[in-house]
Amino acid sequence: MNSTFEQVQAIASDIFGVPARKITADSSPETIENWDSMQHLNLVLALEEKFGLQLDPEDIEQMRTIGVAATLVEKKLQSAAR
Amino acid sequence: MAAEHDVINLREEIDRLIAEGAVAKARSRMAELWRREPASAAAFFLTARLDKLRGLLPLVPYKVAILRSFTVEPMVPLLRAAAFAHGIDLAVHVGDFNAYAQEILDPESSLYRFAPDGVILAVRTTDVAPDLWLRFADLGPDAAQEAVQRVSSSLRQWIVAFRERSAASLIVHSLEQPLHPGLGVLDNQSESGQSAAILQMNRELRQAAAASHGVYVLDYDALMARHGREPWHDERKWLTARLPIAHDHLLHMALEWMRFILPLTGKSAKALVVDLDNTLWGGIIGEDGMNGIKLGAEYPGAAYQALQRAMLDLARRGILLAICSKNNLDDAMEALEKHPGMLVRPKHFAALRINWTDKAQNLREIAHELNIGIDSLAFLDDNPFEREQVRAALPEVTVIDLPQNPLEYAPAVRDCPVFERLTLSAEDQQRTAMYAEQRQRAGAEQTFQSKEEFFRFLEQEAELDPVSDLTLARVAQLTQKTNQFNLTTRRYTEQQIAEMAARPGWHIFSIRVKDRFGDHGLVGVAIAHDQGKQCEVDTFLLSCRVIGRTVETALLAHLAKSAAERGCKRLAGWFLPTKKNAPARDFYEQHGFQRQESNGTGSLWVLDLNNSPPRSPDWIKLKVHDGGKN
Repeated sequence: MNSTFEQVQAIASDIFGVPARKITADSSPETIENWDSMQHLNLVLALEEKFGLQLDPEDIEQMRTIGVAATLVEKKLQSAAR
Repeated sequence: MAAEHDVINLREEIDRLIAEGAVAKARSRMAELWRREPASAAAFFLTARLDKLRGLLPLVPYKVAILRSFTVEPMVPLLRAAAFAHGIDLAVHVGDFNAYAQEILDPESSLYRFAPDGVILAVRTTDVAPDLWLRFADLGPDAAQEAVQRVSSSLRQWIVAFRERSAASLIVHSLEQPLHPGLGVLDNQSESGQSAAILQMNRELRQAAAASHGVYVLDYDALMARHGREPWHDERKWLTARLPIAHDHLLHMALEWMRFILPLTGKSAKALVVDLDNTLWGGIIGEDGMNGIKLGAEYPGAAYQALQRAMLDLARRGILLAICSKNNLDDAMEALEKHPGMLVRPKHFAALRINWTDKAQNLREIAHELNIGIDSLAFLDDNPFEREQVRAALPEVTVIDLPQNPLEYAPAVRDCPVFERLTLSAEDQQRTAMYAEQRQRAGAEQTFQSKEEFFRFLEQEAELDPVSDLTLARVAQLTQKTNQFNLTTRRYTEQQIAEMAARPGWHIFSIRVKDRFGDHGLVGVAIAHDQGKQCEVDTFLLSCRVIGRTVETALLAHLAKSAAERGCKRLAGWFLPTKKNAPARDFYEQHGFQRQESNGTGSLWVLDLNNSPPRSPDWIKLKVHDGGKN
């Protein structure tokens, strides 16, 4: 099974139209050209859809890199499993 | 997860195929990706590829503008991907936030500059009627009624103004009901509650839509209710991003829009072709027998009855039903005709293919028999293997993925967007009966030893008339519509036909045919003009409903006989080949004509009228009315 990070990476690749190998944990609106506020919303929705979870407005605000997004998703999944 | 790797590999394969220029293959793999992963990420992936393939694939272009009071952007890729899967290249324009009224009213707005084919007005109750939504309890009954009238009249004005400025189709969302009315259960204890007010606005919206052409209501309230109002709404996203729809329902919104876009682009199915065993009934008729198959009002047979009921509803919309089943004909027919639980009977089916032939081949034949394109067929089969075979052999067929559980069959069929219609004519509702009549005739044909025996059995009666004011419109229509049995394919308007009929030496006949199964109406036209001793056939055509039943010989015989009576020695006619008129190619040769010349456009055939001219077959009772001139 792919790691959460790899899955987040694959989703970001689809949304931003950037090859997955070019997306790192540090990728952010500063390094990905079309990561604007609407694309940020699209990324959030795709993550929620994929992992079947709801991200809080605070989480969404905080999610400024792909690494942070993956960690957040991971945390949500763990608390849901408990 | 193997499936996970598969869809990632599928993406790589799609990009490789596009890079190699294998666009058709890329398209089918893209459709597969959407089937397996109908979600946002895949939609973004697909729309990016679609933009690269623009112009390289035979897709139907359609421009839709979404005017809105909330965030719709995340649904746009879903909508475009869904449209792509149906063969539509959708261009989407999204209007500015809450600017829908200006955009409709201003003829110079970006809406009209976009020149849309269709426009969606996606507004919510909270935006168009904020006082009714947010502070209903503060309004007295009079103020509430005033607000209802104000909102209704705005909606009506927008519709009328839009129609004045654009010929595009308009789809208007209905207004949603609140999750909790302000007054709780008390709201429903009077006729002037909040829910009643919203119902009233929706009723007025429907009336306004019905009063204009090409304006349709999308029942947003019913859509929410279908998926559950609570899970549909996402308050967090609404407050933070003006997106009121939860992530797992964005696709449902997009698919609901597709229900309108499909009929508007003509991408609808005209026929549903169903399997029998474990689809129309539970079990296998050839093994379980009449008493063993599951079909009836109780579980588990009820699931199959529910599917049959859904099929009957489709037939009422004008969608043809057909059967394609690997079975012994007698076993299947016995169940279809006699099983007490059966709701659909042979008369409901326009075509039957019950045999052991490959299903793709049967589907081709069904399309041919029904005279519709293969892309107008939808296919329903419980067997995934058959579905994949059909999908591979005939990618243009809509293959419905039946769920495992028979209880979900009927909902799956009812949910299928290719069966949506936006208008319904009386003919649509009777279409199945007309085709079933036709099939009885064809079925009868197979049981006769010889063609002649069949022709006699048909008891055909034909009436020949000179064209008159009463038949002018139909005669012109036949020249415009008939492609197959048409020797010259010359198209004429009513006016042209009338002028020709008035010219000296010109003769225009029409032929009506009926038989023991029913009346076909006016189905054939012949136009001829005398040039000295030669009569030349200008037009000779027959509707495909009656081809191959010797009516054409009767019509030709009359042409020959009347020409001879006028003193003509020869009957001449051109055959001008087209892509579609092969059925008429050998007509003159078969009737004793000699080829006189050929050129790039066709061949001229001549018949010596002194030499045994064709005679009308004696199994057709022929009545000739002489209109004076002819």
